[in-house]
Amino acid sequence: MAFFMPDNLSDALIARARGARPVAGGTDFYPALGEGVISGDLLDLTRIQGLSGIEHGPEGWRIGTATPWAQIACADLPPAFEALRQAARQVGAVQVQNVGTIGGNLVNASPAADGVPPLLVLGAQVELASRAGARHLPLADFLTGPRQTALAPDELLVAVHLPDPPRAASAFVKLGSRAHLVISFAMVAALIEARAGRVRAARVAVGACSPVARRLPALEAALAGRPLADLGAPDLVPELAGAEYLAPLAPIDDIRADRTYRIEAARWLIADALRQAAEKVHG
Amino acid sequence: MAEPVKFTLNGRPVQAEVAPGTRLSQVLREDLGARDVKVGCNAGDCGACTVLVDGAPVCACLMPVQQARSKRVETLRGLLEDEPLTRELATRFQDRGAAQCGICTPGMLVAATALLRANPAPDQARAEEALAGVLCRCTGYAKILDAVLDRDGLHGGGSGSVGTPLRKLDGIAKVEGREVFSDDVAPPGTLEIRLIRSPYARAAFRLGDLDAYAAQHGLTAILTARDVPGRNRFGTIPGFEDQPVFAEAETRMIGEAVAAMVGPPEVIAGLDPAAFPVAWQELDPADSLDAALAPGAPQLHADHPGNVMCTGFVARGDVAAGLAEAAQTVSGRFETSFVEHAYIEPEAGFARIGDDGRLEIHAGTQAPIMDREALAVILDMEAARIRIIPTATGGGFGSKLDLSVQPYLALGVLATGRPVRLTFGRRESLQVTTKRHPARMNVTIGADETGRITGMEFQGDFNTGAYASWGPTVANRVPVHASGPYRVPAYRAGARGIYTNAPPAGAFRGFGVPQAAFAQESLFDELAGRLGMDPLEFRLINALEDGVPTVCGQVFDQGVGIRACLESLRPHWQAARAEARNFNAESGRIRLGVGLGAGWYGCGNTSLPNPSTIRAGIRADGTLWLHQGAVDIGQGANTVIAQIFAQALGVKVDDLRLIGADTALTPDAGKTSASRQTFVTGNAAQAAGRALRAMILRRANMGEGARITLGAGWIDVAEAGKIQRLELGALAPDAHGYVLAAEETYDPPTRPLDENGQGVPYAQFGYAAQMAVVEVDTALGTTRVARMVAAHDVGRAINPLLVQGQVEGGIAQGLGMALIEEYIPGATENLHDYLIPTIGDVPPITTLIIEEPDAHGPFGAKGLGEHALVPTAPAIANAIAHATGVRPRRLPITPPRLAALIREAGHG
Repeated sequence: MAFFMPDNLSDALIARARGARPVAGGTDFYPALGEGVISGDLLDLTRIQGLSGIEHGPEGWRIGTATPWAQIACADLPPAFEALRQAARQVGAVQVQNVGTIGGNLVNASPAADGVPPLLVLGAQVELASRAGARHLPLADFLTGPRQTALAPDELLVAVHLPDPPRAASAFVKLGSRAHLVISFAMVAALIEARAGRVRAARVAVGACSPVARRLPALEAALAGRPLADLGAPDLVPELAGAEYLAPLAPIDDIRADRTYRIEAARWLIADALRQAAEKVHG
Repeated sequence: MAEPVKFTLNGRPVQAEVAPGTRLSQVLREDLGARDVKVGCNAGDCGACTVLVDGAPVCACLMPVQQARSKRVETLRGLLEDEPLTRELATRFQDRGAAQCGICTPGMLVAATALLRANPAPDQARAEEALAGVLCRCTGYAKILDAVLDRDGLHGGGSGSVGTPLRKLDGIAKVEGREVFSDDVAPPGTLEIRLIRSPYARAAFRLGDLDAYAAQHGLTAILTARDVPGRNRFGTIPGFEDQPVFAEAETRMIGEAVAAMVGPPEVIAGLDPAAFPVAWQELDPADSLDAALAPGAPQLHADHPGNVMCTGFVARGDVAAGLAEAAQTVSGRFETSFVEHAYIEPEAGFARIGDDGRLEIHAGTQAPIMDREALAVILDMEAARIRIIPTATGGGFGSKLDLSVQPYLALGVLATGRPVRLTFGRRESLQVTTKRHPARMNVTIGADETGRITGMEFQGDFNTGAYASWGPTVANRVPVHASGPYRVPAYRAGARGIYTNAPPAGAFRGFGVPQAAFAQESLFDELAGRLGMDPLEFRLINALEDGVPTVCGQVFDQGVGIRACLESLRPHWQAARAEARNFNAESGRIRLGVGLGAGWYGCGNTSLPNPSTIRAGIRADGTLWLHQGAVDIGQGANTVIAQIFAQALGVKVDDLRLIGADTALTPDAGKTSASRQTFVTGNAAQAAGRALRAMILRRANMGEGARITLGAGWIDVAEAGKIQRLELGALAPDAHGYVLAAEETYDPPTRPLDENGQGVPYAQFGYAAQMAVVEVDTALGTTRVARMVAAHDVGRAINPLLVQGQVEGGIAQGLGMALIEEYIPGATENLHDYLIPTIGDVPPITTLIIEEPDAHGPFGAKGLGEHALVPTAPAIANAIAHATGVRPRRLPITPPRLAALIREAGHG
């Protein structure tokens, strides 16, 4: 058994190819371990050049996989990223946000991962690397199921890429059974781009209501062109109940909530997130 | 072993050579001596292990120590040396009562230090965000916020005389990270015990070749049922000792132990319990009330047919006639869930053969004498050869009345001849320690048109799990209390404890009374509604009074304080109901509700002796020693008992030196349960103080009003300008080394209950009424408790700071029971699936202290511990009903459940 702490990606990929298990913030690794025994080598991702931090370039934004949520929460990001910052402040408490990473949140692939809905509405891609090279995947393709991803055994998720967003506002709402540190019943991120008092484009993603968080394309299409004022109106929720907008969602019954509740709650949370985003958007 | 990891700990360079991935918390505690870092969950859920790494708060249990390389790690002890902010915070925590048991205090202080460094004057929202990652189960967080925000509130700088707010006498060690809790005693390297536990609710099993397994892995010993020299059974109630230390042929609950591995820490750490040689055969469990009561259900204990553990019964008057004459009757079936105590300190302990040859058990406990007696039976050993030395207890709330680690520690020492330690992981603690009984209660109550209760019928089944524990106490207490503190002329109440294949349900703050209060108080609101009466006035019409018999036929001629509690709420109630009316006049998704709950609780054992003895003495050097055996689990017995004693003797509390609970040093002060310590041990302390005073006054030949001053080797007794000095060196010391000593015992006067539950179950009751204001989001079914007002009749508040602490902490637990907490065996075995209230969930609480003195109480005091929780869930449930028009009949009232009720009612 060894604990590899490489400072460069190529050493990390060698260790990874030999089967070392990546660990960054440890916030999912240790709870899953419980009182069990660690077997095999561990690969630390926190000291690798280029894997931590937030950068802006011609292609947009790049967030290194080992960037902790606390850094994202206080980063100087465009207004469209507000949903991501709000989510960052609700991933556990400060102790978890200080070490828990964006990459870990994605690789862990919990259906209730706080980071996923905001990243979906921001059109995130993940950058995966192996000794054979790098590839990019849309986040929606990377997450293949509960606790399942497209990550190959010799690959590391090295960064999250976000295109320069339009002039938009976004919001994230999360619902659980207590005020802090909660695995949610449901969560929603919404992003709204506006022009002349109307929705130019809208994006909505819902987490914890399907095996992986999902965008709602039919709803997004239906929202385009609507007056912004509609998004604050009380009849939005019944409208959401009537149409096929929520078809991508397939919630389960578990100890936290039943599926009926999750769908009902999702409707209200979508309306809440849209209203909050609409209140902030200019144009 | 890998190369050593080097980092800076509290300003000093350190290094550790440990296995890859070893948690930083483990290294800090076991290799680097930083036992001020506490481990509560090993999963980042509780924050007890919060340390600063390069200045940022992190959970040390989530960090591989290798990641700390070249970094700066700070713990509470280091911060106290180097950071004035931390010293200031520690002083404020001590002054404001922010540390009760103290197990969360180091993590809380470290998190608070990070907050104040970044923001010297935070507002409450910022403070809550910064502290939300540290769970506290004792305080309800209010006093923590008092300390961190330095806001108005009680300050413990009083003189210590009875009635003044006094900081805890044993508090400094807690706020300085020096307190020794149950996992802090064992020296590093001590042999460790790891238990092999059943993965199934019910299973048969066969053990493999244990000797070969032990030899192969270098284990020092493997223990099973055959290694129990005495009786492989324990329990808390005579006649109900039904729980084995190790299962013999069949396990009856998830997590039940079948064997123990004993070995050096590095061996134990490397062993996967799943590889232990045991073959399981899963059997059909009776894992719910319905399953256990069904015809043909598996029988958990052969001598309890039908899985009925025991029953309790109280009857008075003609219930059928009473209900028949009622103008209105209401009925309901109410259900509650398993609730976990969720103290932040999992069970742990250390044992060895002491220098005097006795077997020493160092563990957190609420009942050292009971522990000793039970171990004597298990070990077939004289009790005198066993010494129980309670460590500081990191939260108890009832569960640490039972044995947990103690039998395994004792057997481990006897088997190996060496010291051993055992620490339950959070999962084990959740799986096998006791819970609050889930209840299913059918209740009917009737009242005449003037609102007077005419009759009440109560039948409750209480799921007691696989073993009796305190189930018989619950079955007996519930019928005595289920009327609430009211005049109920015709009454019939029965309770059954039912065995199921589930964790044992035992004692948890209220022994079943909070469950019963939920049903009764909910129906009271319904009844008031049917009669068109105000819920507060309805309760006042029916409130018990002096001279009015209880449902047990007990008549108090003094001390019944429920009316005073309810009346003190009236202005708050009227204002809040008016506020809700105005708010709800505009129809919206958020509805405001205001609800009441009331309760009572008999202090001490039900119709059984439960004496406490206090010893005190003065040595020839003039020092005064109090042998205070009432275990302080954070509630404050060390302080309150000392205050009572000092006042009775006529000295300052600072003059005392405390000798804490230890079966070799302190006489039996009974168990810390049933809200009995302030009352029962307090009376013994008062009697001991008076006896010592009388002895001194007699020797000085002075009158009752004389003033006593203790000096170095002398006592001055002064009265009316005359001073008499007693030279202590001239007196002969007794066997304990005291030249003057007193030992007094108090046992509450009770009388047995007859077959109808009529008699004198308790010498005193305490009374309480609480009001909850809630905001319900009717779309999402979420409830936010906006504030609580709690009126508590404590007879006499010996220490108002600690009274507030009990009330605030009890309400936080009651709020969890009402809205959040439900233990599901096999499913919620950690603190991210089993949720307890965080700092953001507990509302502002206004405590109204009512002092209706009790003739039996020391200085008139009554017990308080359980009373704080009894009215909370009903108050919240009634507030939700007021807000929404739907009536919750099942706890917890989670958002999905409340949303479903609202949907069904068509309000949604």
